[in-house]
Amino acid sequence: MNPVRALGRSTLGMVRTAGAVTLFAGKGVGAAIAPPYFLGQFGTQVLAIGYFSLPVVGLTAVFTGAALALNIYTGGGRFNAEQIMPQIVALGITRELGPVLAALMLAGRVSAAIAAEIGAMRATEQIDALQTLSTDPFRYLIAPRLLAAVVVLPVLTAVADIIGIMGGWIVATSTLGFSGAVYVKNTWDFLQSWDVVSGLIKAAVFGFLVALMGCYHGYMTTGGARGVGRATTHAVVSAAILIFAADYLMTSLFTHH
Amino acid sequence: MPAAPAKIELKGVKKAFGGRMVLDGVDLAVAPGASLVIIGGSGQGKSVTIKIAAGLMRADAGKVFVDGADVTRLRGAAQRRRAGQFGFLFQGAALFDSLPVWRNVAFRLLYADRLPPAEARAAAVEALRRVGLGEHVADLYPGELSGGMQKRVGLARAVAAHPEILFFDEPTTGLDPINADVINNLIVEQVKRLGSTAVTITHDLASARKIGDEIAMLYGGRIIWRGPAADIDRSGNPYVEQFVAGRAEGPIASGG
Repeated sequence: MNPVRALGRSTLGMVRTAGAVTLFAGKGVGAAIAPPYFLGQFGTQVLAIGYFSLPVVGLTAVFTGAALALNIYTGGGRFNAEQIMPQIVALGITRELGPVLAALMLAGRVSAAIAAEIGAMRATEQIDALQTLSTDPFRYLIAPRLLAAVVVLPVLTAVADIIGIMGGWIVATSTLGFSGAVYVKNTWDFLQSWDVVSGLIKAAVFGFLVALMGCYHGYMTTGGARGVGRATTHAVVSAAILIFAADYLMTSLFTHH
Repeated sequence: MPAAPAKIELKGVKKAFGGRMVLDGVDLAVAPGASLVIIGGSGQGKSVTIKIAAGLMRADAGKVFVDGADVTRLRGAAQRRRAGQFGFLFQGAALFDSLPVWRNVAFRLLYADRLPPAEARAAAVEALRRVGLGEHVADLYPGELSGGMQKRVGLARAVAAHPEILFFDEPTTGLDPINADVINNLIVEQVKRLGSTAVTITHDLASARKIGDEIAMLYGGRIIWRGPAADIDRSGNPYVEQFVAGRAEGPIASGG
């Protein structure tokens, strides 16, 4: 195939997909704002996306905080600046690693699950059935998931922030000879509210992207079981890429603070 | 006195997928209270026809009328209101696996008609009883039911809100002959009880003969024959004759 033609075709395909995702997101947000609301569905999704993700997010955070502390201690040692480690750990966790890691864990766990569930519903005509039962699939399926992810990921990130800093504290006090009280005081005195708030804002955006990718790829599933598998893969990969892209954009936007 | 409009009507409906014309000008009208069965081979567009009629798929060209009103381009709330007139039994029943049976049956009553749960449950249990399922089934999940029971639950869901038009998509596919006959009998019983108009697609001729007042055959994207169910064996149409006889030789094999 002519390489120019292939490039043009894939560019057009990407633009088409971007347009379709934007329209889908707009429809999903519209459905989340306007009644009727499916509160039972929202509650179920808060549990599925948030509560059941707590162990995986917590474990990721504690190990990341601990490894970060060790790396910063080693790096800081080259400039005789080991004592600044607690502050850097806190900054790294709250502004960057807390929201990004929580979102990536959710991309793997939740985006895939949403795509598989909605994809299977598409393949077995359950989405068509919703329409014949006078129910808008966007209000019943998409809106509760988008809303739940936007609400829940900042909460998970706050938990990840605390556990991540605690991971650093454990390593610092148990193996690096830091005083526990001094570590906490240094962290507390150094952190500004914007460090935490900017991370939580990022988390809300990531939550939207994670749920959106799961919903979009699941909803657009074609071709039975193979299609569901493809949708799941696409959901996870695209959610991860969008998380990193959005992270860079928001970090650029927030740097003047 | 002008004749009453058809309950549901398709005029010149066309639909193509990836350049392949599946429906090439389908014209169909079903009178109020009548039961029409559309037969045809696999891949002839039966499912597409019924989905366009029920508003689940958009036609590329042509129009759909319900009670004489053009519903081809209905969207959003207007489309959902229109869907309130319909009941649909899907080929695989399409039950929501995360909900117990009674919530499946009462779904429209609960979420579209906003009935209190106790009232909706009572209506669901009554609908289940009408398709021969006891109250104990109400609290089971679809995954705990056999294929035949899932079809019955699907039928109970389709008729629970007393629809004016019922669509049946391959109602007996995947069932053994006895269960298939049970489903056929239940369909006939429910359609008569409600006085609904029914549109069924199937390639099961025993089912077509039992359910339909009339039978139409879809082939090559068009309706090539239509007549009373009793006339299916003397249609005089070589395509219909080959389909009814189940012969490999004939115009269908040679023509496509």
